[in-house]
Amino acid sequence: MTGFASIFKRELRGYFSTPLAYVFLVIFLLFASFMTFQHGFYEMRSASLRLFFMNMPLLFIFLAPAMAMRLWAEERRTNSIELLMTLPVTVAQAVLGKFFAAWTVIALALVLTCPMVITVCYLGQPDPGPIIGGYFGTMLLAGAYLAIGSFFSSLTRNQVIAFVLSVVACALFLYASSPAAMDYLSGFIPLKGVEVIESLSIQLRFESLLRGVVDLRDAAFFLILGAAWLCANVLTLKERMAAG
Amino acid sequence: MIEAKALSKAFGPILAVDRVSFKVNKGEVLGFLGPNGAGKSTTMRMLSCFLPPDGGTATVLGHDIVKDSVEVRRRIGYLAENVPAYDEMTAESFLRFICDARGIRGKERVAAIDRVADTCALAGVMHQPIGTLSKGYRRRVGLAQALAHDPAVLILDEPTDGLDPNQKHEVRQLIRRMAREKCIVISTHLLEEVDAICTRIIIIARGRILEDSTPEALRQREGGSLDEIFRKLTTRPGSRAAGGRP
Repeated sequence: MTGFASIFKRELRGYFSTPLAYVFLVIFLLFASFMTFQHGFYEMRSASLRLFFMNMPLLFIFLAPAMAMRLWAEERRTNSIELLMTLPVTVAQAVLGKFFAAWTVIALALVLTCPMVITVCYLGQPDPGPIIGGYFGTMLLAGAYLAIGSFFSSLTRNQVIAFVLSVVACALFLYASSPAAMDYLSGFIPLKGVEVIESLSIQLRFESLLRGVVDLRDAAFFLILGAAWLCANVLTLKERMAAG
Repeated sequence: MIEAKALSKAFGPILAVDRVSFKVNKGEVLGFLGPNGAGKSTTMRMLSCFLPPDGGTATVLGHDIVKDSVEVRRRIGYLAENVPAYDEMTAESFLRFICDARGIRGKERVAAIDRVADTCALAGVMHQPIGTLSKGYRRRVGLAQALAHDPAVLILDEPTDGLDPNQKHEVRQLIRRMAREKCIVISTHLLEEVDAICTRIIIIARGRILEDSTPEALRQREGGSLDEIFRKLTTRPGSRAAGGRP
């Protein structure tokens, strides 16, 4: 526990002692609200945050990998991993400590979107279900993306490569179920295969959470997705370290 | 306190460390001596549990470095060759992090940081980001980090590299002072350093131990200065010291 807590603390401080967290928060808040109003928040004439949450999968495709890309790539580039891994800390503790620190910054970013909630509450009587479901779903979504980003960060010493690979991987999970992709895939993959790919889609699971009825299967999907990438992260790190 | 049994490590086709065995006891300062690429750093990285060995194993204070690696890491202080640290952190917050990770808290932590800042003469730079420090100060922060939990076993990879003569002298005195209660392994390619602090010497080239002896015994047997002996041992036919291909 000591190992996890100390790494979590250090990483979290790291985000705020460099401009990273501030840039992230400002860009996120700017785009999150801009896109909501641009897509016709007032024109919809309903007090709901649906438009606000609908942008999250796309927004986090870029922002979550941007948060995650430094996690391991930098550690390996500067060789500080040799310091970290000769402390009495297990690889799993380190991976989780870093992951939760990044997730906490994202949670803070979401807390700072509270003016949106206040706005809809002022304008009407929004249904609390979809708002709670929206925040819950966004956290899960961002967590899954972060886990993907953390994994790719452990593959390379180069942060840019880590960023690009994670964006692509996140986009694959998000757009696997888009009608265009489905049409294309059904051309050469048997129906069963297409159904499997569709069930792995982040978009469908996220939309289901947005409806405000939290289905345990949807939540479990994100948690398992995140956990699987983090496990892969631990394994690749161990393998990379053994290879010197 | 340290016992290595046939430690081996290969990087691809290159055998970096080849069945290295030795023992180090309390009160000893063991000097690992060898040309660049001889396998000194790799051996130390295995002892400090950063690299898992491909063959053989070692125990540190009775704990196995493979099976019990967290326990080993809890008990040793390790300074890596290139002094890894987090450049954006100040020396003080860095040492605080190290103490946290080693479970040193509250008053104990304040005392530990005061103690190592004092032994490593860091007073003037505690609030400076590590990335802005000179090479000498950076190494001293690294040394402070390795001493924070007052470990019984110290593994220092080229602890005086990049220091000026005064700082070298200070670090050597520090090592000599600590030697009585600890077990210390250092690596170096400075022969004067061996003479100054080591009670034992292991000469290693191409991943193999060529000599395990004391500086005095070696000098008596081979005659001449350590310099000459080192050259003689490491440039013998068949032991060309260039990265050590098998």
